[in-house]
Amino acid sequence: MTASLESMPVFEMPGHVEPRRPWRRPARSFLSSGATVVVASVAAALIVLVSPLAGLLGWYAAMVVTFPAALAARVARSGGRAVADRIATGVITMGFVAVTIPWVSIVWTVVHRGLKAFYLGYLTTDMVVNSPDDPLNVGGVSHAIVGTLIQVLMASLIAVPLGIVAAVYIVEVRGRAARWVRFFTQAMSGVPSIVAGLFVYATVVVAITHRFNAVAGSLALSILMLPTVARTAEEVLKVVSDDLRAASYALGATEFATTSRVVLPAIRSGLVTSAVLGVARVAGETAPLLLTSQYFVRFTTNITSGPMASLPTYVFGNLGVGSENSVARAWAGSGVLLTIIFVLFISARLLGGRNRNGR
Amino acid sequence: MQVETPSAPEQRRLAVGRGTSDRVYRGVISSGAFVSLAVLALIAAFLLYRGFQVLADSGLSFITSSTWDAGDGTRGGASFGVAAMLVGSLVVALIAIVIAVPFAVVSSLFLEYYAPRRLRPILVSMLDLVAAIPSVVYGMWGYAILMPRAMGWSRALNDWFGWFPLFRVPAPFFERSPFIAGILLSMMILPITTSVTREVYSQAPRDQIDAAYGLGATKWGALRTVVLPFGRSGLVGGAMLGLGRALGETVAVYLVLNLVFKVNLQVLASAGGNVASLIATRFGEAGAYELKALMAAGLVLFLLTLSVNAVASVIVNRSRGPR
Repeated sequence: MTASLESMPVFEMPGHVEPRRPWRRPARSFLSSGATVVVASVAAALIVLVSPLAGLLGWYAAMVVTFPAALAARVARSGGRAVADRIATGVITMGFVAVTIPWVSIVWTVVHRGLKAFYLGYLTTDMVVNSPDDPLNVGGVSHAIVGTLIQVLMASLIAVPLGIVAAVYIVEVRGRAARWVRFFTQAMSGVPSIVAGLFVYATVVVAITHRFNAVAGSLALSILMLPTVARTAEEVLKVVSDDLRAASYALGATEFATTSRVVLPAIRSGLVTSAVLGVARVAGETAPLLLTSQYFVRFTTNITSGPMASLPTYVFGNLGVGSENSVARAWAGSGVLLTIIFVLFISARLLGGRNRNGR
Repeated sequence: MQVETPSAPEQRRLAVGRGTSDRVYRGVISSGAFVSLAVLALIAAFLLYRGFQVLADSGLSFITSSTWDAGDGTRGGASFGVAAMLVGSLVVALIAIVIAVPFAVVSSLFLEYYAPRRLRPILVSMLDLVAAIPSVVYGMWGYAILMPRAMGWSRALNDWFGWFPLFRVPAPFFERSPFIAGILLSMMILPITTSVTREVYSQAPRDQIDAAYGLGATKWGALRTVVLPFGRSGLVGGAMLGLGRALGETVAVYLVLNLVFKVNLQVLASAGGNVASLIATRFGEAGAYELKALMAAGLVLFLLTLSVNAVASVIVNRSRGPR
């Protein structure tokens, strides 16, 4: 749209007139910013050479000082407040970049070290015929992937409806205790994962099944999942316009019909997003599964009796063995786990984004 | 000319009559909504029930003693206390908070006021994404990548600030220390603390920021005088939510912290504690009586994190203001 406006001559004038765009940063400003970064990097490199700081991290630590200093030097003539402003800009920018370093490093390490144990059959075989120490061209994680999928699916069957009910109570029913329901749901999100596992162990495993099993694992996961689902669903429900509800009531619909036929269908994709975010939250939980469904080397679909593998416990178990090959397997397993979580998360965001743009 | 002023018609009384179906619906939803309360109550009740014997046997010394000795596995020979683990949990979590809070402030300011407009939504969802990195992955990374570097930092701290009691070490071993666990936890709680802080900062009154600019303030001046004071309680709430997470973290701490049953405040030394990873460590080999002690330890941890989180959510809700 802007392009067509620009190509259109606004009023007749001899010769071509460049339209003025004062909000655009001039090229010179980019150049001088670039120069500042270069000066700061060189200064930081010099500091690394003469001080005990070493390596890329040491260079970055020096940058945290030199970059704000270089920014400030450019406005030194404008006085103290301008200098303080530039120093703040430099420190805040460098601080945020510092925060991202571990995240980049985690993803890089998982990919780099995980690829060692990854081969074509890794996703389709289990560990029943070989031990964690075996060469890296046998065995795989199929049992753990399936185990994680089964347990997370069962957990969502419990947690998603309950989470949506809690959100409906807060937003739709607007019950007298809505504040308390929100408070307890938030408090529930602070339950340590190991306590959830211990609780399910103490109730289900000790008292009812007497064996580790996948149902217990998914119960523990659902405790951790419910608050995430409830919170996200609440946010989505709040977006629904009151006109929709009023129209439904005006047509004589009951409250149940309004919620189930009008409000919830209107935010279907938002609810899917909340469920997927809940799944992404619990798919990587290790501690509660160690106490409830444990780990098993074989592909199994028996959910009520006997342990079942899952990706986090596969990683944890292989790490515990501690040999070179088993640790490589652990990295590959976390690579698969991270991929699943990231894909789920990004698809949730894309779904949610479409929902928001659609209205 | 006389005009009779029409009096406003009296407002009709609106009677909301709910039919049977509405009442049933409300009843069902309301009872479903209290599942979270029920679960919280059940957790406390069951852990108390299973751990009661140990709590009754050791009394207050369960909190004040540091011995964790299963003895011969019988009730008479064992003695359990979580003091070292409790103190260790607090030490590690406090280190995490001290490191995470400045970074959370800086990242929230960057995301809200410095990041390029187009990049902002991407960076914000990246923050949520890294919050979903599993703790076992953090733990592995912490052990393999972070620890070798952090040991060097520990040595430097000990060399230069060794006169400070907290930075003393009995022997020059810097592996698996509370300091390293604290650094790792600070990375793990940063996303949640940042997202709470950022949300509060984003609600800073726009007119006051513009007023500051109008009075000739620089950007930093406006942030310092308007946004930072406005967001202070949100920051406290976010930090406490992070504290709650850090107290309950299990697997990552298990991998990078050496559990020693002795209260240790020398954060660089290779000895620390954490209630959650105590449970994970001892669970596999515990006998019946020790299992009860673990349940009691779980109860202590549950009550501690619950109270921290309750206070945090009250503060956060207040700082968000009336909705």
